[in-house]
Amino acid sequence: MDLHYASAHELATLLTARELSAEELARATLERIEHLDRNLAAFLTVTADRALADARRADEMIARGQGGPLTGIPIALKDILSTEGLPTTCGSRILENYVPRYTGTVAARLAAVGTVLVGKTNMDEFAMGSSNENSGFGPVRNPWDLNRVPGGSSGGSAAAVAAGETTLAIGTDTGGSIRQPASFTGVVGLKPTYGRVSRYGLVAFASSLDQIGPLTRSVWDAAAVLEVIAGHDPLDSTSLDETVPAYTDLLERPVNGLRLGVPIEYFQEGMDAGVERQVRAAIDIFRGLGADIREVSLPHTPEALSTYYVISPAEAMANLARYDGVRYGIRAPADDIWSTFKETREVGLGAEVKRRILLGTYVLSAGYYDAYYLQAQKVRTLVRRDFDNAFAEVDALLAPTTPTTAFRLGERTSDPLQMYLSDVYTVPANMAGICGVSVPAGLTDGRPVGLQILGPPLAEEVILSLAHNFEQATDFSRLHPQLETEVAS
Amino acid sequence: MSVSRDTVEHIARLAYIGLGTEEIERLATELSGVLEHIDRLRRVDTTGVEPTSGAVPNVNVLRPDQPGPSWPSDDAVANAARHTPDLFEVPGVLD
Repeated sequence: MDLHYASAHELATLLTARELSAEELARATLERIEHLDRNLAAFLTVTADRALADARRADEMIARGQGGPLTGIPIALKDILSTEGLPTTCGSRILENYVPRYTGTVAARLAAVGTVLVGKTNMDEFAMGSSNENSGFGPVRNPWDLNRVPGGSSGGSAAAVAAGETTLAIGTDTGGSIRQPASFTGVVGLKPTYGRVSRYGLVAFASSLDQIGPLTRSVWDAAAVLEVIAGHDPLDSTSLDETVPAYTDLLERPVNGLRLGVPIEYFQEGMDAGVERQVRAAIDIFRGLGADIREVSLPHTPEALSTYYVISPAEAMANLARYDGVRYGIRAPADDIWSTFKETREVGLGAEVKRRILLGTYVLSAGYYDAYYLQAQKVRTLVRRDFDNAFAEVDALLAPTTPTTAFRLGERTSDPLQMYLSDVYTVPANMAGICGVSVPAGLTDGRPVGLQILGPPLAEEVILSLAHNFEQATDFSRLHPQLETEVAS
Repeated sequence: MSVSRDTVEHIARLAYIGLGTEEIERLATELSGVLEHIDRLRRVDTTGVEPTSGAVPNVNVLRPDQPGPSWPSDDAVANAARHTPDLFEVPGVLD
């Protein structure tokens, strides 16, 4: 077995049988990062000492018979999850020296079950972006083609999993930032229902949309991570007090007899022909597995994107007001407090973050609040109703994750609107708060395509079992980039 | 909706973000483009539709009002660019 491309599920068998130690696995993973990451730039911090300490502790847990399915498994966290004593930059120069004094809930829960933290991953600054080109520390490259973007904003997490630099990674999804990079790099990416996973310790971007979730090489792995990180947390008042199902036990549920909707608005002009072909073929596979496939309509899909680009900047401008050089982060030297704020933010924040703060300030400012912000919140209600109506008829929805495959570095940086359009099929789920997963659906022109499966709130076990059945019926999750040759050349 | 340079300067002042001349020019063009796209929202009939501010049904989540331990002040100030053992230091606010 190739350790670097093995799933957590496969590695757990070796670890439990003591055929492989967590320390050996951690060393092999760190060597791989050392070898590959000069070219990929998926990591902002590699936590080698921490990884080896975690691994030794995991080996002890396993020796005592206290290991779980993720004990000893390498994991990388997007650099927006607070980790005590480890830098948490959010991909921003303004936080380049910030070291949290506490660990957030998701990171703490993953550590408690014995995962091995190998590093913190690169990302678009404050999770604002669809390509990772907005990182304050340089872009991540797509392991399938180093001249292309890995997607964003969790591009470092996605690239690291796709390249075998880690087995598991955690990302965040505010408008598609887990599913879109998962699609671009050929890995599994799950956005849980809003409130399913605690956001305590997640640096806020748009608080009514942000959700933490896994990026993995198999659906089983994503289900296992969700089992650990989901559940009520008194430290996040939006976290839902609902029982967490044993997701990994529910993956084999048959597709036969399920009603699956295909939203007509997700197959519109501008969609790449190869993406459409792979997604239509995926739908046929579900038909072959006995699903009842029917067309549905989500009529407010085109407006959902506009809604997102009002509501998320509005929430972001409030959340990012805290970066003023006083309590954390860099401070520009200035004579008075007002110039300190202004100059700190001028030098510390990147172009896209400034753009969104200004957009958010504009749509909330006197005279525009009703026309933009309030109207966007009302249209958000209509977007939610679209999904409510669809889920009254079907159990889940099948759609492309993105209209195209990974685009070239620099291709969309000069036109923010073009960049925003890559989120058109992922944003609606965030507006409605529902769950969604992107699962590998093959290649077109040598680049990965993602199938997106959307489900009603708290129906993660439904979309995960659909994704698992699809994965078992195909061999797409066993496709890997030809990295070594590219790196060597 | 087209955004003028004056508008960009005004909202940048509100948001406390310093901008160079070229940045102001570029942002006026970029924000105009994005707002043009967003303008489609105005054409949606939302008569009688309630706004959605969040996706969870939780309302007024309360906890018992019991005092608990706080962070030590040296932890709280540890990440500040300038601080004393227990205070954030900033340039003068009042003349």
